[in-house]
Amino acid sequence: MAEQAKAMKVSDEVAISIEKMNKWFGTFHVLRDIDLTVYRGERIVIAGPSGSGKSTLIRCINALEEHQKGRIEVDGTVLSSDVKNIDKIRSEVGMCFQHFNLFPHLTILENCTLAPIWVRKTPKKEAEEVAMHFLEKVKIPDQAKKYPGQLSGGQQQRVAIARSLCMRPRIMLFDEPTSALDPEMIKEVLDTMVELAEDGMTMICVTHEMGFARQVAHRVIFMDEGQIVEQNEPEEFFNNPQSPRTKLFLSQILGH
Amino acid sequence: MSDTHAQSVPFVRDTMLPQATPPLTAQGPVKWVRESLFSSIPYTILTLAALYLIYVLLSGFLPWLLGGVWTTSNIRECREVLDGAPGGCFSVLSERWNQLLFGIAYPRDGYWRPTLAFILLFVAVSPVLFSFVPRKLLFLTALYPFIAFWLIWGGSLMVPLAALLSVVAGYLVYSKLVKNNFAVGFFAGIATALVVWILSGFITPSLSGVLALEAVDSRNMGGFMLNMILGVICVSLSLPLGILLALGRQSSLPIIKLICVVFIEFIRGVPLITLLFVANVVLAYFLPPGTNFDLILRVIIMITMFAAAYIAEVIRGGLAALPRGQYEGAESLGLDYAQSMRLIILPQALKISIPGIVNVAVGLFKDTTLVSIISMFDLVGMIRGPILASTDWNGVYWELWGFAALLFFVVCYGISQYSQWLERQLQTDHH
Repeated sequence: MAEQAKAMKVSDEVAISIEKMNKWFGTFHVLRDIDLTVYRGERIVIAGPSGSGKSTLIRCINALEEHQKGRIEVDGTVLSSDVKNIDKIRSEVGMCFQHFNLFPHLTILENCTLAPIWVRKTPKKEAEEVAMHFLEKVKIPDQAKKYPGQLSGGQQQRVAIARSLCMRPRIMLFDEPTSALDPEMIKEVLDTMVELAEDGMTMICVTHEMGFARQVAHRVIFMDEGQIVEQNEPEEFFNNPQSPRTKLFLSQILGH
Repeated sequence: MSDTHAQSVPFVRDTMLPQATPPLTAQGPVKWVRESLFSSIPYTILTLAALYLIYVLLSGFLPWLLGGVWTTSNIRECREVLDGAPGGCFSVLSERWNQLLFGIAYPRDGYWRPTLAFILLFVAVSPVLFSFVPRKLLFLTALYPFIAFWLIWGGSLMVPLAALLSVVAGYLVYSKLVKNNFAVGFFAGIATALVVWILSGFITPSLSGVLALEAVDSRNMGGFMLNMILGVICVSLSLPLGILLALGRQSSLPIIKLICVVFIEFIRGVPLITLLFVANVVLAYFLPPGTNFDLILRVIIMITMFAAAYIAEVIRGGLAALPRGQYEGAESLGLDYAQSMRLIILPQALKISIPGIVNVAVGLFKDTTLVSIISMFDLVGMIRGPILASTDWNGVYWELWGFAALLFFVVCYGISQYSQWLERQLQTDHH
C-alpha cells in the first residue's frame, strides 16, 4: 500500500516555495541560500546531522523562526512580519514537535478543540465531533477525557497529530516526531504518519527514521551546514548517493 | 535454600494468593505511635519532654483563658472580680467589640451595613474561587463592588448605579470596537465610561434622596472593617495589575517593557510605609488646593501598586518556568497573542505562581495594619490609640493583641488553606 501511495502522482500546484532564504542566529549563518519548492500532495523527508539547520528550516515555514533574507510563500501567502499574515499561515500549516507540546492543563479533547473554537470560530459541539473523528483516526478516542500527563509518549504524539489535523491543515510539518520516544512507541507514531501520507497530505518531516523515508517520501533532502547538499527520490538517494558528505552520513546511520 | 536456584527448580503457581490485611502492629494508630513517638530511646525521651512542655504551657494558659472575665466595664472592676485568681480581662473585647470591628466614628445604627457587605463578600467571591459554583453567578461578583460601596459608604444608590452604568457603557463600546483594533477599543471604552460618568454627575444630585443610606466619611472607617476593606480591594486590584506588569515586562515592545521594569523596580525598592506617608502627606502638595482626594483611596492606590509589583515578579517566575514549547505549540496552531496568553500560558503560569501569589496576598493583608502609623484607626490603630490609651483599659495587652493576632490568623490561615486546596484541584498529571 505504501507503494501505491508513492505511485500517486504529485500535482503541479505549488504548496510551498522558498527562494534564496537566509537566516542568522546572531552572527551565526544557520541557513544559507535555501531554494525549495514543495508541490501539493508531496511528501518530503529532510535528513542531516544535528546542527545542520533542518529543524530551523521547517520552523521558518510557519514563522516560529524569522528569516532575514529571501522569500517564503506558503499556500499563496507570502510570509511577512505582518502578524495577521503569520496567524493565517499558522492556521493552515499543522506542526508536530519533538516534545509534543500538548497543553498539560487541558484534557485531550480540549487540546484538540481549542484552536478550532478560538481561531476558526467553530461551534463547540461541531469542534468536538471533528476532534473525536481525528482521535479515532489516531486510535485513541477512549483517552479523550484524560490529561496529557496520563498518556504514554506515543499516545501524546498521536494526540499532537490529531490536534493539528483538527485545524484541517493543508500542509503538515513534523519536527523529529519520534526522537523523544521509547523504541516500542516509535512504530505507532510512524504508522499514524503513514496513514496520513496515504490520504494525500502534503508533508515535510525532519526525521532520522530512514525506513519511513524509504517507504513514504517522494523526495529526500540532505542538509549540512545550513545548505541543501543533495536531494533525490528515496531509492536513488539511499542506493546511489552522489555527494561524499551524504555517503559519509548514510554510512554512519545505516552502519549497523 | 541457598543451593536451590530459580533456574534449577521449575515452578508453576496454580493458585493466586488473595490480598491480606497487614498485622495490627503495622497499621493504624498503633503503628503511628510506635514509629513516630517511641521508635527509639532518644525519641521516647524527646516525646516525654515534649509532653511535659505542653503540660506546662497549657497549665498556665488554660486557667487564664477559661477563668477570664467577660462582663466588667473597666480594668479595675475586672481585677476586683478576679481577686488575684488567674484569668484574662476579656471584658475589654465584649465592651469594646464594636470599636474593634468598626472603629469609633461609624454610626452605631449602621453596623448592619458593613456586616451585610461582609456576608455578601462570600457570595460574590464564590464563583471566582470555586469551579463548582455555576459560572452564571459571576454577574454577582461584577455587581458586588457597587453594592458594597453603597452599603459601607452610604449615600444615594444613584451614585454607584451611575458608576455601574458607566462601566457597562464603556464595556459595550470596547467589545464593539475591540475586534478591529485593541487600542481603539480600549481607549474608546474608557472615554465612553468617563463621559457617561460625568454626564450622570448632572443628574445624580437631584436624585440624592433616592434609596439613600446615611453617608459615612472615609475618615470614619475603622477597626477590623478597615483592614478588610483595604485587604479585599487591594488584593483584587493588584492581581490583574500584577499580571499586566509581568506580561509587559516580557513584551517585545521596548517602551512598554521599559515602563513596566521601571515601575516594578522602583516600587519594590521603596518601603511600603514610605509610600503610605507619601499618600498621606506629600500627595496633598501636588494636588490642586481645595481638592479633597479621599485618604482611603490614596492608601488603596499605594498598597495596590506595592503588591502588584511583587505579584508581577512572582508571575514572571511562573512565566519563565513554562517550557518554550508551550508558546510554540500555541503559536503553531494560529492562536494570536491574547488568546495564547489567556488560554495556554497564563493558566499554567498562574498555577505555578499560586504559592508566591498567596504569600504576597497574606503579606499585603497584614501590611494593612501599617495604616495605623499614618493615624488611621484600623484594628491595630484602635487598640494602640483609643482603647489602650483610655483609663478604663490601660494595661490590658495580652487580651487585645491576642485577639488581633487571632483575627488575622483566621483570615490568613483561611487564604492559605484555600490555596492548597486550589493547587490540588488544578493538578492534572497524576490522578
